[in-house]
Amino acid sequence: MLLRFELNGEAAAMETDPDRRVVDLLREDLGLTGTKEGCGSGECGACAILVDGIPRLSCLMLAAQLEGRQVKTIEGLILSGSARTLEERFVSHGAVQCGFCTPGMMVTASHLLRTRPNADRKTIRRAISGNLCRCTGYQKIVDAVEAAVDGRPKESGS
Amino acid sequence: MNVLLPVDLEDVWRVLAENPGAGVYAGGTDFLVRLRKGGPVPGVLVCLERVREIRDIRKTQEGLFIGAAVTHTECLQNPLVREGFPLLAQALEVLGSPLVRNMGTIGGNVVTASPAGDTLPPLYVLKAEVEISGHAGSRRMAIRDFILGPGKTALGPGEVLKGVRLKRPGSGLIQHFEKVGQRGSLAISVVSLAAILRLDPSGCILKARLAWGSVGPTVVTSEAAEKALEGCLLDEQTLRRAACLAKKAVSPIDDLRASAGYRREVAGNLLFRLPGCFRSRSGKGFPARSPREGDTSVSGVIPC
Repeated sequence: MLLRFELNGEAAAMETDPDRRVVDLLREDLGLTGTKEGCGSGECGACAILVDGIPRLSCLMLAAQLEGRQVKTIEGLILSGSARTLEERFVSHGAVQCGFCTPGMMVTASHLLRTRPNADRKTIRRAISGNLCRCTGYQKIVDAVEAAVDGRPKESGS
Repeated sequence: MNVLLPVDLEDVWRVLAENPGAGVYAGGTDFLVRLRKGGPVPGVLVCLERVREIRDIRKTQEGLFIGAAVTHTECLQNPLVREGFPLLAQALEVLGSPLVRNMGTIGGNVVTASPAGDTLPPLYVLKAEVEISGHAGSRRMAIRDFILGPGKTALGPGEVLKGVRLKRPGSGLIQHFEKVGQRGSLAISVVSLAAILRLDPSGCILKARLAWGSVGPTVVTSEAAEKALEGCLLDEQTLRRAACLAKKAVSPIDDLRASAGYRREVAGNLLFRLPGCFRSRSGKGFPARSPREGDTSVSGVIPC
């Protein structure tokens, strides 16, 4: 099928099998290897991407479902600068060890920062509860997200 | 496999008529996992996530209609659900994970008919009706008649679940859901309990409805346990009697998550966590944390 969607802010059109998993489409066909595949069954969150602004699991979506949608991957978040504070806090707080869960964590956390700009620790823990990390014990990740909450530039009237 | 995304119910019926044997899914959080595990591969997949008639939550004369393709997150964020049906909201809060809730749908949780489906015990005690839609028209039935066994429903060929209908349960009720799993998030339920109680001002139970998940092939209800509560004070003695009857009503199995014996004990003991019981002693029941296997606060054997 000819698939048309918006990828990281730009119009995309490509030939693909409609039943291609979105994670394979991104990684194998488009070379966007920031999105990771951990479990392939929705239990680890490493493959999280934003579809129309909502974090979803790209291992449990098929290419045809993207038709007409807006997709943002970790590459898009970083290149557009919209996750810059988060990225800096992940680095400064040592929230990255092996790094495999980091893209999914940041996709989920960026959505939290946008929708709950005053999130407390409990809310942060709950928000990332579908993203598994086997290295950090989560503490440093929660610290980093909390620091990003505190460090957000205060916007007025928006 | 081709993947079709119908946008309205007319479109769904046409697509299903043209592709008998098509695999139907919405969120994909169960269906696509099973497909990948090596289930039978259908020639065509039909994804319902864009079907507009089943994408909304609306007030009805008697309560609420929740479209089958409404996601768990959308349900949780809806004030009509949160305020009118806190029991369902409590179950949705602990279903899967935020990512799973952003994709999985209420219709999918019902049609999957898993013994561990988190929305099912609340829907049973709320006496929910399902609305089924096919080319020949719509029909409604009680959820307990719709679910026939693990993974089995009364859905006929060419039919889809249109949504769930709920009646307002009234105000001033105790609505309580608790799930025991092996971890806080992304846990498949080991045992769950949904309960609605109506108390009079003196604390006497006028009406009780109870349903358990993961302790039988489908949701387990027990009229005997409900009757043991009705007409009595919500106190330890009453709950002991009801817990014994609950343990007789369930038919759990051993699996990798828990033993049948543990499940049976916990099914009874979860009644002791109803808010309001032991009020005089501690002010508010037991702490509502997620217990683990071996946690004696829920697995301690209560002599019948």
